[in-house]
Amino acid sequence: MNLFKIAWRSVQQRRLSSALTGLSMALGVALVVIVLVILNTVEDTFRKNSGSWDMILGAKGSKLQVVLNTVYHLSTPVENVPYSFYKEWETKFQSPIFVSQLGNVAVIPVCMGDSYQGHRVVATIPRMFQVPYAGNLEYEFAAGRAFKDIPGNNEAVAGSVAAHKLGLKVNDKIRPAHGISDETDLKDHDAFTVVGVLAPTGTPNDRAIFINMESFYLQEGHALSEELANQRAQQNGQSRSQDDNKEPTNEDQSQDSGDQGGGNQDAGEQATASNRHWNVRPVAFTENTLQEQEDGQSHAGHGQAEALPEELREVTAILIRFDPEQTALSSMYSMKMVKDINKGNVAQAVLPLKEITDLFNTFIGPLKGLLMFLAVLIVVVAGIGIMVGIYNTMNDRRRDIAVMRALGAGQVTVMAVILFESLILAVGGGLFGFLLGHVAVGIVSSSISGTTGVEIPMWFLTWQEMVLLPGLVILAALAGFWPALSAYRTDVSKSLTATP
Amino acid sequence: MLQLKDVRKSFSEPGGGVLPILDVPEFELGAGEQMVLVGRSGSGKTTLLHIIAGISRADSGQVIINGLDICPMPEAGRDMFRAQHMGYVFQTFNLLPAFTALENVLLGMTFGRMRTDRQRAHSLLDRVGLSHRLNHKPSELSVGEQQRVSVARALSNRPKLLLADEPTANVDPGNQQQIVDLIRETCREEGVSLLMVTHADDVAEQFDRVDHLNELNRQSQAHSDPKKKSP
Repeated sequence: MNLFKIAWRSVQQRRLSSALTGLSMALGVALVVIVLVILNTVEDTFRKNSGSWDMILGAKGSKLQVVLNTVYHLSTPVENVPYSFYKEWETKFQSPIFVSQLGNVAVIPVCMGDSYQGHRVVATIPRMFQVPYAGNLEYEFAAGRAFKDIPGNNEAVAGSVAAHKLGLKVNDKIRPAHGISDETDLKDHDAFTVVGVLAPTGTPNDRAIFINMESFYLQEGHALSEELANQRAQQNGQSRSQDDNKEPTNEDQSQDSGDQGGGNQDAGEQATASNRHWNVRPVAFTENTLQEQEDGQSHAGHGQAEALPEELREVTAILIRFDPEQTALSSMYSMKMVKDINKGNVAQAVLPLKEITDLFNTFIGPLKGLLMFLAVLIVVVAGIGIMVGIYNTMNDRRRDIAVMRALGAGQVTVMAVILFESLILAVGGGLFGFLLGHVAVGIVSSSISGTTGVEIPMWFLTWQEMVLLPGLVILAALAGFWPALSAYRTDVSKSLTATP
Repeated sequence: MLQLKDVRKSFSEPGGGVLPILDVPEFELGAGEQMVLVGRSGSGKTTLLHIIAGISRADSGQVIINGLDICPMPEAGRDMFRAQHMGYVFQTFNLLPAFTALENVLLGMTFGRMRTDRQRAHSLLDRVGLSHRLNHKPSELSVGEQQRVSVARALSNRPKLLLADEPTANVDPGNQQQIVDLIRETCREEGVSLLMVTHADDVAEQFDRVDHLNELNRQSQAHSDPKKKSP
């Protein structure tokens, strides 16, 4: 019979108190696991995804909101920037001099504000699927292909999670709605045909549905009215003229920001912001398309319609990824871009990695530290519980220890039995807590996914969890040491002659 | 087999004084010999057994077992010596409540760095008439059965010397003789020397050799009633 079995028998002998002590340890460890898994996964995913794009050009306002909205498909949509602004930068980066200096820079426009059954619909160009994500990973299609950017072909590509949850397959039809809230009176657009389903990427794009931008512009409410377009053109012209003539002062900057903020407030609740971004348009359809509309049919999957004139277009944001082989020049140029663009009134340049790092360093990091401290404190308290639990039984067990000593067990042997007992309670409780924590993660992961877009697999393991086992062994040794010392010091003769 | 020479033991008193308990100038027990030690309560019988077993250390003198003096040994050495060479039957059985009868017997083999011999444990329990109670815990056994398990446990490590401290004191009269017979017979079969401490005259009468602690112990002679008990 080994010492471990002797200790196990002792644990069995006090079933209730052992179970309660082990449970307190389990709850503490489960809390540690939950905090570690959820916060680490969320943080890793956010940091990884923020690295997909080097810069985002979006409307003036909250930088974090620009990042959350365009990269993570969270929060409410931001204001739009002129389509000409996108073309300006696209043209610039495609010019021979820029290509020779900065290499191949990806400039991807996105239009947001639509949704389909709770999933964000992102209008973009097919090239987006050729730009590596989360570092250097390539998009792959589980089925089908990327959409073609032909006006009126109404093609869509579903992210893996969206396709799974909505049961979407290639050739299925979807009708995106205008707006992103759960309102039931959202106005449906024309039908789009799913032509591809993305393989899982582990990014928020898994939850999104992508449609081709040219068809997006042809949907109702996605074009500027002629009047508004002229007004915007004038404003942009003046703004650029001012930007060209003078360096903006701090007052100008704050005034600009204030105007923007005021604009937001005037527009009312953010939840309805998207409805205001895309204004009623007079769209010029081809004859075929108009005929289809009159027949009450969608123009999905059919011939080419006439593209929306560029002056009637806006984009929500422009995602930029520099050539990874030109990092030194790219980072220098991106700093210049940020400075130049942020001086103007048209848009702002946001560095997603910086925004996410700031977010985590400012809010999530300290919160994580606090939660970890509390969780570890609970484990330590559970360890003290084990110590007190075993120590309180020592008076009752003194005779048993004395008997073992009389049978030839040495002082170190009885000490080891008590330490094993502490180990069983701490490690046994800890392993149960480990399972409990991961099951709890599995239960709450869908809710977290819905809120943050981060998919957390139930059995996602963090490296810190690998420290749990040796940590628990050390804790068990510390918790068991005092009672073990008491066993070591047991006066055998006195305990044997004491009245039972 | 066992020799005591000038063994002395005293305890500290709460007031700071010293209370002498034992002063045994000479005592011997031969190999395979069976004897009884009698004495009044508080005369130091159990203390003497604890010193022989190495559970307590004598203040001075020699306790020689199999030619080896255990007094100078460190506590760990005495523990190991006891685990390998001695068996102990307690007055109150002292079976561990969390373990079954079989496990209690196996426990007797655990601490002497010897192989745990389940077959021997089965055989011993069979010998004491408990082969049908192997997996019963002490609380599920009668008093007599518990003491029989205790006897089997004391013999499990194949001891050279068995110390029995009033083994029948807590057993009902019907079982007392069975326990004595069992201890004596198994000791005889295994060639084990037996030193039994008892209060019971009817038990002592069955042994060829009966020593009175009062006669052995100079301290008893100095402080106690000189009246001697006849075997």
